[in-house]
Amino acid sequence: MNSSRTYAADSGALSKACAEVREGVAADAIGGSAGVVPAFVALPGSTAEAAAVLRVAAEQELAVVPRGAGSRLGWGAPPAACDLVADMTRMDAVIEHAAGDLVARVQAGARMGEIAAVLAGAGQEIALDVPAEATAGGVVASGLAGPRRFRYGSPRDLLIGITIVRADGTVARAGGKVVKNVAGYDLGKLFAGSAGTLGLITEVTFRLHPLPAARAFVTAEFAGEPAASEAVAAAANSPLIASAVELSRPSPGGPLRVAVLLEGSADGVAARAREMAGLLASAQPTSPAGVSATAPAWWPGPPVAGAGTTLVRVSFWVSALGQVLRAIDTAARDAGVSPAVAGSAGAGVLYARFASGVSAETPADGGGEPAPAGAIAGFAGALGDTLEHGRGGVTVLAAPAEVRAALAARGGMAGSVPGLSLMRAVKDQFDPGHRMSPGRFPEVV
Amino acid sequence: MEARMEGVLPMAVTKATALAGRMTQICGAANVLTDPLELRTYECDGLTSHRATPALVVLPGTAGEVAAVVRECAQAGVPFVARGSGTGLSGGAVPHSEGVLIVMSRMRRVLEIDPVARRAIVEPGVTNLSVTEAVRPYGLFYAPDPSSQVVCSVGGNVAENSGGAHCLKHGFTVNHVLGLEIVTPAGELTWLGDGTGVASGYDLLGAFTGSEGTLGIVTKIIVKLTVAPQAVHLVLAAYDSLEAGGRAVSDIIGAGIVPAAIEMMDALSIEAAEAAVHCGYPEGAAAVLLVELDGPAAEVEAELSTVHSLCEKAGAREIRTADDPVQRAGIWAGRKSAFAAVGRLAPAYIVQDGVVPRTALGDVLARIWALSQESGIRVANVFHAGDGNLHPLVLYDDASAAETEAAEVLSGAILDTCIEYGGSITGEHGVGVDKSKYMPKMFSADDLDTMQLVRCAFDPASLCNPGKVFPTPRLCGEVPGPRRGAHPAAAPGAEIF
Repeated sequence: MNSSRTYAADSGALSKACAEVREGVAADAIGGSAGVVPAFVALPGSTAEAAAVLRVAAEQELAVVPRGAGSRLGWGAPPAACDLVADMTRMDAVIEHAAGDLVARVQAGARMGEIAAVLAGAGQEIALDVPAEATAGGVVASGLAGPRRFRYGSPRDLLIGITIVRADGTVARAGGKVVKNVAGYDLGKLFAGSAGTLGLITEVTFRLHPLPAARAFVTAEFAGEPAASEAVAAAANSPLIASAVELSRPSPGGPLRVAVLLEGSADGVAARAREMAGLLASAQPTSPAGVSATAPAWWPGPPVAGAGTTLVRVSFWVSALGQVLRAIDTAARDAGVSPAVAGSAGAGVLYARFASGVSAETPADGGGEPAPAGAIAGFAGALGDTLEHGRGGVTVLAAPAEVRAALAARGGMAGSVPGLSLMRAVKDQFDPGHRMSPGRFPEVV
Repeated sequence: MEARMEGVLPMAVTKATALAGRMTQICGAANVLTDPLELRTYECDGLTSHRATPALVVLPGTAGEVAAVVRECAQAGVPFVARGSGTGLSGGAVPHSEGVLIVMSRMRRVLEIDPVARRAIVEPGVTNLSVTEAVRPYGLFYAPDPSSQVVCSVGGNVAENSGGAHCLKHGFTVNHVLGLEIVTPAGELTWLGDGTGVASGYDLLGAFTGSEGTLGIVTKIIVKLTVAPQAVHLVLAAYDSLEAGGRAVSDIIGAGIVPAAIEMMDALSIEAAEAAVHCGYPEGAAAVLLVELDGPAAEVEAELSTVHSLCEKAGAREIRTADDPVQRAGIWAGRKSAFAAVGRLAPAYIVQDGVVPRTALGDVLARIWALSQESGIRVANVFHAGDGNLHPLVLYDDASAAETEAAEVLSGAILDTCIEYGGSITGEHGVGVDKSKYMPKMFSADDLDTMQLVRCAFDPASLCNPGKVFPTPRLCGEVPGPRRGAHPAAAPGAEIF
């Protein structure tokens, strides 16, 4: 626990490095109210200031946790230590929107919703489904994507340039502001999804896409896994070109809902939606497939998890969808739990969710029944054992402390990760003192 | 520099040739080459201006053999270079004169196709086009399509993060590779990525792709397959100036259309292509624009009419459209033959691969024209207009030292211009040995140092394709480990990353 520690940090050096530095308060705690409270919070206003802050942190051997909107800061394991939070929200500028080049360069603390508003002025967007309040740097660092990952990939696929500050305060850039560029190693890929463990992201450049003129959601409900899997595969493999193929099953053994997003011109989308409805119909839904211009109420959006929620990610090859759905059912029945399952089935990702037993939160996608920590851990562990075959895996993205503790006895939050020794070597190179978000990534056996 | 005198081999070369016996045990006598004449056939890749004869060539047949070969090299401290089909244009596969060249061409199988998941697992030596041919019966294709796709290997594509004309819409190799089995520079087999596209831990798959063979050797590749489009239309528009063609490009992008490809050729390239393949492009045109649209029939038809009218509005003197594969191939033939065709106009040429923001294309082309006029060196322009990737072909007579020098100076000035406009020195050919000297113009010393941290993590001994990409190698020092002594506040044992 941090509070008992005597800090070597003197706020004088930090204040000299950065115009806005304050002491950490309870609201800054990472990992809930019982989490780690940072001694200081620095809010750099520029990459240079961020570099100065990290130089001080290096001199004083401070553990540093970068923070954007903070919405995913509670994911994974809480940091083992946090002397200093680098709060990026003062760096919130859209530096350049080159509409003709379909490129935007933004500071890491810029909110995705505000960026979207600027880009929409030119009929463009960053084709990621992320919360409006999320920051660009946070989106990249978390690496997570919503339904349209099916067509556009995740943040790493749209990121074309990055500026980072290393743990020792060195500023480095990679990529650039042209989409096509193979000069040098692509550090953007490395930092995308690195969860603040390699360094501090201060600027990112995205490639943009034109906003579609029209969109349509084609939905259908299926009684069992074989039909739903067939529908998902048909939609995902169709030359009608879906932007997203989502699936939701609010409770194990229950009906499965499939929705396909089509984007394009008004006439094109209308024609494609009719054909897509026909495709879904041939997989024998329980009622005729529907077409709507608006998303169904259960449309999952980006993966979210509030305090107390457990979010389990299952990744797989789409050809194994039916098997995955059955494995989830079996594991849920055996553990006596009732998770809500939803996600980008067409892209090979589903999330099983358990709502917090204490809070009154009811996420839009159906919640999932709260369950005892041991049962949740049993579910995730059993599912991992069934699906661990080198073509996907089971990772607990977010979980409250008691579930994490129960998981630790079952091998941790993630299954086996290929290339782990190389990952450790990379971490050692970028952050030899292990001061950047220490312990952030779940321990891996 | 070649420094091999008759009968006297430098020590370092002897060290590599001494591995021949072990390599023969691993790969079989037929797959280890030591004969100087045979070794010479591997002295360069597609960029013939950089050459080095390897000390030894091995052709492993399995991932296990590759790992064993690399382990021998690592133990002996002998550098090694992997080579696919040798079509690279930046000298990325130029051998090390004191090292082992590991040729992947025997490993060329398509191991598995999963049409429902849209994945294939292939060996690195398989050619790019044969992946598409293998999956075509399922209505799928492999999207990255470098011009050399008939011969280039997928393993080489991974090393270079290859693009191609259609990456404007479909993305680069890195967007289509979802898993790699690699042999690390220490000789260990490991997987990066599992074919799902969902990363657990760091995205080493993404960092590895495009690292130009400097982080290890690929032995299996899980590629993403793309659904073959319902409709494909190719539009050819001829203009009296490059500017007019450029206007059409801007208008098309401005209309919110993302074509599969937008290519442009200038008068010199058009003329050369016509002479070479009789592609029948409109005579006397100063610029030919090719716009390919693909996708659902319901969308492409509407896009086609928009593109047609935008091309017209920009002042096209002639517009042709083609939707059947044979007609399209006929039109593409001119574009695809351009490099070779232009090459015939002069005894030698340098192909550049600079990128500029698309909106700066007009300015940069004007600058290239001025540079060409100034130096008296002819430049033909063939380029991926949609993504600002220029391929200026600098034509010169290599029999003249003065002209050779002028051509090199001009090439450098073109890259300087690309950097000045916020672009890149390479869009798809890679840095290799050829452009490493330009890296400090595009990146700061700290940028390059930081990139090389990745190198140090993968290859601390710097034996894997050394001397490529970075002008100055970073000393990795001792093999790094975790910090000595735990962080005062770190719970012991809790921390992995």
